[in-house]
Amino acid sequence: MTRLFPWIQTAPLALVLAVFLLVPVGMLVVVSFYDYDAFSLIPAFVLTNYQELFTSPVTWQTYLKTIYFAGITWAVTLGIGFWIAYHLAFVVQNATLRMVLFILCTVPFWTSNLIRMIAWVPFLGRNGILNSTLIGMGAIEQPLEFLLFSDFSVILAFVHLYTLFMVVPIFNTMMRIDRRLLEAARDAGAGFWQTLWCVILPLTKPGIGIGSIFVVVLVMGDFATVRLMSGGQSASVGLMISNQYGAMQYPAAAANAVGLLLMVLLVVAAMLRIVDIRREL
Amino acid sequence: MPGRVARLLLGALFGAFMLFLYGPTLTITILSFQGPDGGLTFPMNGVSLHWFGRLFQPQAVGDLGAAMTRTLLLAAMVTATTVVVSLAAGMAFRRRFAGSTVLFYLTVASLIVPSLLVSLGIGLMFNLMEWEPAWYSSAFGAQLTWTLPFGLLIMFAVFNRFDRSWEEAARDMGATPWQSFWHVVLPIIAPSVVGIALFGFTLSFDEFARTLLTAGSGNTLPLEILGMTTTVTTPVLYALGTVSTAVSFLVIGGALIGMRLMRKRRGI
Repeated sequence: MTRLFPWIQTAPLALVLAVFLLVPVGMLVVVSFYDYDAFSLIPAFVLTNYQELFTSPVTWQTYLKTIYFAGITWAVTLGIGFWIAYHLAFVVQNATLRMVLFILCTVPFWTSNLIRMIAWVPFLGRNGILNSTLIGMGAIEQPLEFLLFSDFSVILAFVHLYTLFMVVPIFNTMMRIDRRLLEAARDAGAGFWQTLWCVILPLTKPGIGIGSIFVVVLVMGDFATVRLMSGGQSASVGLMISNQYGAMQYPAAAANAVGLLLMVLLVVAAMLRIVDIRREL
Repeated sequence: MPGRVARLLLGALFGAFMLFLYGPTLTITILSFQGPDGGLTFPMNGVSLHWFGRLFQPQAVGDLGAAMTRTLLLAAMVTATTVVVSLAAGMAFRRRFAGSTVLFYLTVASLIVPSLLVSLGIGLMFNLMEWEPAWYSSAFGAQLTWTLPFGLLIMFAVFNRFDRSWEEAARDMGATPWQSFWHVVLPIIAPSVVGIALFGFTLSFDEFARTLLTAGSGNTLPLEILGMTTTVTTPVLYALGTVSTAVSFLVIGGALIGMRLMRKRRGI
């Protein structure tokens, strides 16, 4: 009886993942080969959906744009997240203060992403706070148009939403670094940058890896941020999929979904080759 | 340890980051108290609760009360299921068993597959099977594929730090597996279980990508908000944001207090 325990205990998890992850992803693959007309799905095995996907320049541009958003967001969130985590782990000395600051960094994760996007509107709009402040200061004469509904605002929102996904894992790995290693580095004559480059950075790599996977996957799969913050002027694969779904072009949406999934898996696999995150679990 | 100037710079960066993180939300919270003639940005045109009142008038937006009820019910279902299922699975994963590696990778994969694709896949599945999608079936399952992996990862972290000798002591004194779980293991890990519940609730309460194509005819609150962003151009949107953030903060605060109380009771 006790030998069956593990299976009984994990059966609900396995069942949920099978029904709501495995089957649906399988469904995407199957439907991506279906044919369709304006009214219905036609079960078949055709390659037209993929043909359209690969031969349309618009689709290529959308995929490139998605990679572009993911790349820039990754670089910025890593740049900010690393130093925020560094500050928490190595500069703040008081354990209680560190915990409070860390919780402050994570609280927005528990609130609505949509609201956090909308919250940028009064800041960035044509008559928004930033523009009126700059005009008031005499720095500019005309309101800056690129602030809202542009690639700039999309990336700004991504950074705002996802930097904490970098901070948390990097902070975790940093806290596990044996402080005596840092003392040893200093005793051996290493300066700040040398310690950072030769001791801290290599030991923080798994955290950076986990954070990077989260950020890149979240940005690549996004549709709402791009739609809201670009005001319909930019596109991403996710947005294209949700539009195709809205137009009832299910097989086309499914083919794009398979394309997006492959792209995400490739990136994740590449990252896993660079850093071994299994040590972290 | 960096030098004095570097520490100051890092402190300044941290301060700026906090402002960046909280500034916008704080701004729309203030703006949600705009007077009846106020617009989407400053200046404030008087102070009122006008826009909060508008939330509950049906003509302003969709049926917000029903959406709120659905969202809270769904969040409660997701929370309870996430706690029970990840607790049980976490107990099992402490030892290797046939299939444990596969299930582990499947769970991690569930975090990696983009939300929208889960939504689309489940939407298509219900479509092809000719089942009616609804918030309590398809959307419920879609959200679990996101909350369960988080719950399980928390359980891993918990049991990595768990002292097995307590459990062994219980067994030596003749406790059944169930007794040792209920009287020994669960009280020790209770604060983390509250943490899992917090994850389950807030992730469900704010989720929109996974519910977008699976909620059927009854919208959840985040879906209402998503719809409003393109059509509503009054501070009523900010008022809704304030309400939603307030619910989140209430839940976070409740969870933190709950964890503290449990730690206190255990005397550590």
